[in-house]
Parts: sequence; C-alpha cells; structure tokens
Amino acid sequence: MELYKLTAHELHRMLKERKISAFELCRSVFSRVGEFEDKIKAYITLTEEQALTKAREVDEKIKAGERLSSLAGIPTAIKDNMCTKGLLTTCASKILQNYMPIYTATAVERLFAQDIVLTGKTNMDEFAMGSSTENSAFFATRNPWNLETVPGGSSGGSAAAVAAGEAILSLGSDTGGSIRQPAALCGVVGLKPTYGLVSRYGLVAFASSLDQIGPITKDVMDCALLLNYIAGHDPLDSTSLRVEIPDYTKALVDEVKGLKIGVPVELMGEGIQTEVREAIESAIKLLEDLGACCQEVSLPHLDYALSAYYIIAPAEASSNLARFDGVRYGYRVPEKVEDIMEMYFRTRAEGFGNEVKRRIMLGTYALSAGYYEAYYGQAQKIRTLIVNDFNKAFEKFDVLISPTSPSVAFKIGEKYEDPLRMYMSDICTIPVNLAGIPAISIPCGEADGLPIGLQIMGKPLDEETILRVAYTFEQNFGFKEKTKFVGNV
Amino acid sequence: MAISKKEVEHVAWLARLFLTEEEKERFTKQLSQILDHAGKIAKLDTSKVPPTSHVLPLKNVFRGDKTRFSLPREEVLSNAPKKEDGSFLVPKII
Repeated sequence: MELYKLTAHELHRMLKERKISAFELCRSVFSRVGEFEDKIKAYITLTEEQALTKAREVDEKIKAGERLSSLAGIPTAIKDNMCTKGLLTTCASKILQNYMPIYTATAVERLFAQDIVLTGKTNMDEFAMGSSTENSAFFATRNPWNLETVPGGSSGGSAAAVAAGEAILSLGSDTGGSIRQPAALCGVVGLKPTYGLVSRYGLVAFASSLDQIGPITKDVMDCALLLNYIAGHDPLDSTSLRVEIPDYTKALVDEVKGLKIGVPVELMGEGIQTEVREAIESAIKLLEDLGACCQEVSLPHLDYALSAYYIIAPAEASSNLARFDGVRYGYRVPEKVEDIMEMYFRTRAEGFGNEVKRRIMLGTYALSAGYYEAYYGQAQKIRTLIVNDFNKAFEKFDVLISPTSPSVAFKIGEKYEDPLRMYMSDICTIPVNLAGIPAISIPCGEADGLPIGLQIMGKPLDEETILRVAYTFEQNFGFKEKTKFVGNV
Repeated sequence: MAISKKEVEHVAWLARLFLTEEEKERFTKQLSQILDHAGKIAKLDTSKVPPTSHVLPLKNVFRGDKTRFSLPREEVLSNAPKKEDGSFLVPKII
C-alpha cells in the first residue's frame, strides 16, 4: 500500500491496530523522496538514517504495548528556520549555511516529545522573505502540481513536501502569508494561529510582532491534531499567551447552520484572478447551501495593509538581522580584513542574498532619522485602523472568508525580478498578520490544473470556529481525494 | 524617485552593508518603486490614531530573579567563526 498518500490520523489508527509499522511508513515516505526529490527539491537537509532509527524505536514502543501518541511515528518535515539541536539550521541563507543550533525550538521539541519521525529540514525563501521559495540561497523548490511553477513561499518546501507525499505533516512559519499562500498553491491545508498561541522560541526571527509557527497538512483533521501539540504557553517566549488549549479535533463538526460569514469586498476586487474569484464565489454558495449566512462587508483600511506591512516587516527585520555580524555564529568573510567595520560590511554583503538586503535597506530607511514618523510611525497607526476594522467586522460575523492567494501558482522566474509584483502575492494574507488573528487556507478548486485556496479568518484565539468551517467545507466539497494526495508528478 | 542614490549609500552604511555600484543603482530604483507604493499610507489622516506595535494585551512579562540553567560556554562558542581562550575573537576595533 502507498502509505505516503495517507493522513496522520489514518496512519495513527493503522499503527495502533498494528496493521503497519512505523518503519514501513518511514520507508514509504523516503521511497517517495528518493523518486521525486531531485525534481521537487523540497528539502535542504534530509535525515533518513535518524528517521529510520526513530521509527524502529516507535515500533519497539508499540510492541511493548506502550501508550501511543497520535503523532508517534508520523514522518514530519520542519521548515529550516526552526532550530534543531545538532542538526543544521540554515534559514536558506549563506550567512547560516553552517549553523548548528545548540538548542531546539519549543514547537519542534513538543513534536519530538510526541515521538514524531523527523524527515528533514525544508527549503524556504531566505529568512522567510519571499512568496515563491526562489529566494533560497541554495535552490528553488518546485510545485508538485506543475514543475514549471513555484510552490509559493516562504514555507514552499514544507508545503511541497506534504503535497508530494515526501512528508505526512510539516511545520511552516507565517509572517505575511508564508504558511497559507504555499498551502494554497500546493493544494494542501495551512494554518496561521493567533499571534502568541505557539511559542516562537527557537524560530529565527524575521518580524517579531508578526511571526507565527503553524501546521501544513493534507486535511483539516491533521491540521487540528498538529495544532493540539504545538499550541500552549512557553516561559521562554515572553509574547506567548497563557491560555487554556482546547482539543481542536473536537471542534471538527460538520455543521455551519446559522453561522455568520463575512466576505471582505476589499479582498475580492481588483488583482484577483477571475477563476480564483469564481472558486471563492462557489465556496460561498456551498456554505450558504449548508445553512451559513454569507454577506459582504467592508474593511476599508485593508487597502493600506500591503503598504503598512512592507514598512513594518522590513523595519523589524532590519533590526532582527543586525545580529548577523560574523562574530558569534554564521558566516564571516574569510579574507584578512583591516578592522571590525570592514568585517561587518563584507560579511553581511557576502552572507545575505538580494531580497534580504533589499528588506534590510527598506527597513533601515523607514526607521532612520527624518523618515521614522512618516513611514514607521504612520504604518503602526494604520495597523491600529486595520485591527479596528477586524474588531468591528467580528462584532457582526463569526468568520471572514477570502481567497488565500490572488492567483494560482505562477511560473518560476515570472516575478523574481519585480519585487513589488512579488509582494502583491500576499495581498489577501497580510492583513491577518497585522491584526494577529488566526486564519486557515484549504483547497477549494482548480484552475489551469493548479489548486486554489480558500482563506477563513477568525477572531483572536477562535481557531475552533475556523477549523469547524474548514472541516465542514472539506467534507462537503468533494476535493477530499485530491486534498489527501496531490503529488501528480 | 522617492529615494536618491546618495540616500541608498547612507542607508547601506547604517545597515553595515557593502553594496556594489550595480546594487546601488538597482536598489535606488527598486526601493523608490516600493516606497512610492508604500507612500500611499501618508494620505490617511491618523492624527487621532494611536500606534500599534503589538497586538497582544500583554504588558511587562516578569519572572522571578532566580538563577536558571544557562548554556555552557563551550557550546555557546561552538558556532563562532573565530574564538580564543573561551571568548569570541574579532578583528581590531580601535
């Protein structure tokens, strides 16, 4: 049987009933990797040997009759910006190409505690800056649906790995859409939790007020399952929330009757590909047929979200990336230098790629004397207006829906030389990060043989409702076979 | 142009980035495009709007002032490009 095609919850049952072994499962996923990885290039580092050893360990536990975690033995990929002790963590950057973390990110540690089998560290846009995974310092990842197109980004490796059956589950990180947009472009499920729900400890910082770790999976059930284990307070992250974590799988009820769904007009207008808009309209129709009440709503300041984001995120990035100075870790210019200033300038010039330099420049400019108020100060005030718009909309609606990405996967190279056009790829996902609310992307159709993603946004800490809507849609839409496995390579 | 080549040079100095001539030209053009687009935020009257730096209602997260586990010096130095006698080694500063 082709085990790599199945979901974690299906595989868990089979493991528990001893119909399969964790070793077999691991072998199945790595046979898939062996067959397609040279085409897709989802991984920066593969850990097959350690994975097989871990799988055997899980099999021993099963044999001994130990209680089995729902994630035990499930092959899982981790984005390469989450620290893994003793395992290379590069952020897809030359400046961290030899970085060997001395601690493990909390979210990853929690998965290790559940006996997951780590398949490897996935490719991404350098420092998570990008929407296509073309900004990796090492190589571009390709979309399993069509190798000529991008998988989205920045968590493109994590999304492509799950879509191609090269992992069953994966973790990504989302600062402006980096989980949801690649999930949409690869036809899988991706969730960005409420800011503060998942610890950021050990996640290499990009824009600290926006970054969140979240699951990328084949279906909504797996998404809820993975969220169960990564969510929760962590004393090592001072922005981590002290809240009760529910069992998210309990929220998965096939029922949206009476639910009030808002459709922000600002996210359905200009710049949205016709087929994408049509797919979202069909999704609205389906949700209405199921008893939900859908209505248009205006969040007028969303028109300013992209602009505000491209001030705030680079500003925070320029400050966060100041730590890469060639002193404590990472790349240092190998030649002899005159003084420490020359060492800084040349280390950073050689260690960072184009997009990262561009954002450091943008952020430094926006924070510099004379421009701070006009750019950074103003962007922070617009952030307030966007938060207020969402608060107001959520007084009336339980969830909001929109496209995840304005288009299906675009061609490799198509937007690479045009940063502003690339930035527009995140137009529907960015407002969510600015407001800190949760949102999920699920497959809702196809155009040109490429998947379309539906974004469902919720109130702060109301992951349960967006998961319920996503689950109901998934159960009734009939994309399920495809959602489970899309690797038509 | 929203930003001049001279400003690009100044910002690169602030950011401790050595840029080639080609990069200076390219960034002047690209940053101008991006800033022109971002400049639309200036149109909104925000004189009565407070800024948001953080979406959480969290304030001053404290912990007890107690000694805790910290990483061993050897491990902390393990990623250093250059080290000597338990310290990071850097080129001449003054």
